[in-house]
Amino acid sequence: MRVLILAKEGDQSVSATPPTPEAMAEFQRFNQELVKAGVVIGDGRLYPSSQGKRVRFDGKKRTVIDGPFAETKELVGGYWLWQVRSMDEAVEWLKRAPFDGHTFEIRQVFETDGM
Amino acid sequence: MRSGRSSRPTECEGALPIDPATAEAHRAIEAIWRIESARLIAGLARVVGDIGTAEELAQDALVAALEQWPTAGVPEQPGAWLMGTAKHRAIDLIRRRQTLERKHEEIARDIERAQEGLDLDTAIDMEVGDDLLGLIFMACHPVLSKEARVALTLRVLGGLTTEEIARGFLVPVSTIAQRIVRAKRTLAEAHVRFEVPSGTERVARLASVLEVIYLIFNEGYSATAGDDWARPALCEEALRLGRILAELATNEPEVHGLVALMEIHASRLRARVGPSGAPVLLLEQDRSQWDRLLIRRGLAALERAESLGDAMGPYALQAAIAACHARAATAAETDWPRIAALYDAVAQLAPSPVVELNRAVAVGMAFGPAAGLELVDALVPEPLLKEYHLLPAVRGDLLRKLGRSDEARAEFERAASLTQNARERELLHRRAVECAAEGLAG
Repeated sequence: MRVLILAKEGDQSVSATPPTPEAMAEFQRFNQELVKAGVVIGDGRLYPSSQGKRVRFDGKKRTVIDGPFAETKELVGGYWLWQVRSMDEAVEWLKRAPFDGHTFEIRQVFETDGM
Repeated sequence: MRSGRSSRPTECEGALPIDPATAEAHRAIEAIWRIESARLIAGLARVVGDIGTAEELAQDALVAALEQWPTAGVPEQPGAWLMGTAKHRAIDLIRRRQTLERKHEEIARDIERAQEGLDLDTAIDMEVGDDLLGLIFMACHPVLSKEARVALTLRVLGGLTTEEIARGFLVPVSTIAQRIVRAKRTLAEAHVRFEVPSGTERVARLASVLEVIYLIFNEGYSATAGDDWARPALCEEALRLGRILAELATNEPEVHGLVALMEIHASRLRARVGPSGAPVLLLEQDRSQWDRLLIRRGLAALERAESLGDAMGPYALQAAIAACHARAATAAETDWPRIAALYDAVAQLAPSPVVELNRAVAVGMAFGPAAGLELVDALVPEPLLKEYHLLPAVRGDLLRKLGRSDEARAEFERAASLTQNARERELLHRRAVECAAEGLAG
């Protein structure tokens, strides 16, 4: 099954404080381990929400809202798409990540036939 | 094979009711086992020399975890814990072997091994990548039958239980269990060494590895038997093994060729099955259902394969054919002349009647059904295709396009009688009925 890992980066998504080189290196090592294990099938880091747009749908009306967005706790800073065999496996992998202070969310991707 | 259906924790639980905390720990252990078991077995196999012993030691560590973790909690570094536990047992085992009376050669072998890794700790903790590669080469050793290689690979590299493998291949559990036991014995009797082969041997050994992974993929992709048209869980396992291998053997063009082939084929999995579970053939699939991510990954892997090799190998060529379909926005836009040319190249590298049949399909699409039929007719006397349902299916298709409905109907019926897949049989019967209607109308 596929799971989407959402990095809830909080305020960082607005201010985009760059991570330290050490933290980046540690993250790269972890990501490399995931790739070598055949887990990662897609990933991406997002620009801060100040550069984002929202489109709201209301009947026929479309309203475009410019970032930054207020609800910082819910903002997504990056994502991974993983291929794993179970939610438990995804949790076990994620627990090994060298993060501190962030929240990550694991959501299963809906698939019609197991793939 | 899918989540929630594995039987590992219950194997150790027996019929006793367990509390939620224990259940949670068992689930965590199962997931950790899935992540760690291949590396664990690989590291141990290098030290003790055979897969059977390595797997037993790893299983012992797993049992210890099942005993201790529910009360002591899951350790911070569970992989290291399992390795440490298994390592101690490995050291005990080697010491015991050394003190036991036995044949000289066996003593010599153990001493050699002990000297190789004077310090067992560092020996086991060495480069994990080479260990995994060594384990893959060992499990896929040509001394084993195809079935044995497949079962052993899924077991020690996929971390699947015997039950899960049996379910995947729709055979009794005892059959798979026997295959695995025999495979380990054969490897031991043949004194197959734990190694990453080089030179000309590497070429042959790698071919055997790729064959195993592709066999697993194909069994999932077009289930040869049973009621399901496909069993995606097996495709997932094969893809995972292929992706791992591509990271370990980065400079092997055919590894990337195989990964490309599997990624692109897998991209069509959800489009291959209609709402009622009936198969939908390639040219009739809704291409908007194709998985763009897998296509992109497949095309990237193909590019990698092409950049590494002077001439494309059989897997890269087949991936290139799959890529022609993946790149065509509609079935009508398919570059059939290129596909026919690629099949020519495959036929020259690895001639086989099945390749020739595929070439006939491409020629029929590129240059008209008469040209295709000419090639197919030449294959009819081929003994290897005598029972192959796709020969009459392809012939029926070409005859139908030429307006020879009666002959086409007979071919589809023959194809239906030859296939062992229920879903495919239905599809072929439907084709036969359509031909009968066309015959009446014409």
